[in-house]
Amino acid sequence: MRSDLDIINDWIQEDSKVLDLGCGNGELLQHIIGQKNVRGYGIEIDADDINLCIEKGIPVIDQNIDDGLQNFGDQSFDLVVMTHALQQFRRPDLLLDEMLRIGKECIITFPNFGHWRNRLHLGLKGRMPVSEFLPYNWYDTPNIHFCTFIDFTRLCEEKSINIKRWAAVDGQLRDHWWIRAFPNVMSETAIFYVSR
Amino acid sequence: MPDTIPADSVGIVTPNVAAFDSPLVLTGKQTLKQYELVYETYGELNSDASNAILICHALSGDHHAAGYHSAEDKKPGWWDAAIGPGKPIDTNRFFVVCLNNLGGCCGSTGPTSINPETNEEWGADFPIVTVTDWVVSQARLADYLNISTWSAVVGGSLGGMQVLEWSIRFPERIKNAVIVASAPNLSTQNIAFNEVARQSIGRDPEFHDGHYAAKETIPVNGLGLARMLGHITYLSDDSMGKKFGRTMRHEEYQYNYDIDFEVESYLRYQGEAFTRRFDANTYRLMTKALDYFDPAAATDNDLTKALEPAQCEFLLVSFTTDWRFSPARSEEIVDALVAAGKHVSYAKIDSNKGHDAFLFPIPRYMSALRGFLNRVHQNIEKESN
Repeated sequence: MRSDLDIINDWIQEDSKVLDLGCGNGELLQHIIGQKNVRGYGIEIDADDINLCIEKGIPVIDQNIDDGLQNFGDQSFDLVVMTHALQQFRRPDLLLDEMLRIGKECIITFPNFGHWRNRLHLGLKGRMPVSEFLPYNWYDTPNIHFCTFIDFTRLCEEKSINIKRWAAVDGQLRDHWWIRAFPNVMSETAIFYVSR
Repeated sequence: MPDTIPADSVGIVTPNVAAFDSPLVLTGKQTLKQYELVYETYGELNSDASNAILICHALSGDHHAAGYHSAEDKKPGWWDAAIGPGKPIDTNRFFVVCLNNLGGCCGSTGPTSINPETNEEWGADFPIVTVTDWVVSQARLADYLNISTWSAVVGGSLGGMQVLEWSIRFPERIKNAVIVASAPNLSTQNIAFNEVARQSIGRDPEFHDGHYAAKETIPVNGLGLARMLGHITYLSDDSMGKKFGRTMRHEEYQYNYDIDFEVESYLRYQGEAFTRRFDANTYRLMTKALDYFDPAAATDNDLTKALEPAQCEFLLVSFTTDWRFSPARSEEIVDALVAAGKHVSYAKIDSNKGHDAFLFPIPRYMSALRGFLNRVHQNIEKESN
């Protein structure tokens, strides 16, 4: 399983009702449905991923998140998860509000644009960072709203969103003291567990 | 039929008839004392009868879903694209049952059958049957075939409504539900279209209050018109445009009321051909069954509550250009199932074919169906070991 999914898996309560926004091929849901007796639904827009979920028996709904999530009731899920997708939406701030309307709690992971390698790339080369982890060019990237670890914490402060837990890890999920000490510079992936 | 039977065809099939003599009390309070259901089966029922799939047909469908009746048949059954050895509804794995619904005109008891009390054709006196009545009669057919539980019930459009009704009415008898291009009830616009169809038949002078058989005639014009109207609504603007555009019959406009455009000729042909295979009373009856379907009516219009009894896993499919049963209507069912905590997956398929898309082997649609039924098959294997 992808490294950030492993950490999330540890945070998920048994028997909870989970909505996974942008669930991809259903990797996380498959794991938590099997291991944690979770009742889970994924939202996905990619046709191949949807078919993979259907084949695996993971409940998946074909829906464009950018078109809204009004069809889901207030506080109708224990947990709403979004992994590595927040930066791809038109209005991540409004989406965060929506996630906390639908779910009692939310887990969000995103690539930390403040990672030192990105800073170096932009600072020295003067060009938008392209890496194994973020393999797109500026013009074709689906990642239209990059943010840093600190940017996200500020957004939570502004919205009075309570950060219950966080983790900051590098690409190999290594959890070193220097990443914990300087998450905005050292982490490649930021993971937040939030509620109202 | 093609010169040789394709390897993925169920081949030559013969319909069967099941006769029932225990009375069926219909939703409309009338009772059918006895009735017959004509049906076809493809594939083999396994020893514990756990691999049966029921196919529910739509407005103008029948029991002949796959294969050919004879070597002279030009076309296979109406859903041959999906049913056969190696196809998404794989007859190497499943025992597939498809019947002609009550009130139909293709062999099951309906307006063209003889009313035993008068010894004449029922005609318009045949009682109106509802989706619920169909599902109850389908359950009796399942009993007759010694099938206690369907591994899946599958249907598109009006067929999808029957699947939804199955999941609510007989939750222990259905393990999986596939509902394609359907709706939890008809929209106002749909009821309106149905009314125009019924009126065009009813106002045909040859209709004779539905007893045209006694007068040895058929309301060809009315039924043809109803079909023309229906046909337009089953297609999308885009697909009609691509198929016909403004292509003309002659090089120049004729400046009269004969056929100028190809689409006019096509519609006239479709309408006329339909009158040779379909009964006008059945058409009116089927449209009424569509209008009346509304499972949430019994639960204060709360669809989530109506779906509470369901225990099966659901697959819902819609098509982007279907405006008769739009994706939004399928999504109403999906949302209610999620709210009720049911196991549901939903695929909205890109297609320009309008409502008719549900009959076509669109690759993404077929692979969703195949993937879902692969899992159904795996679960059958797991449980029998």
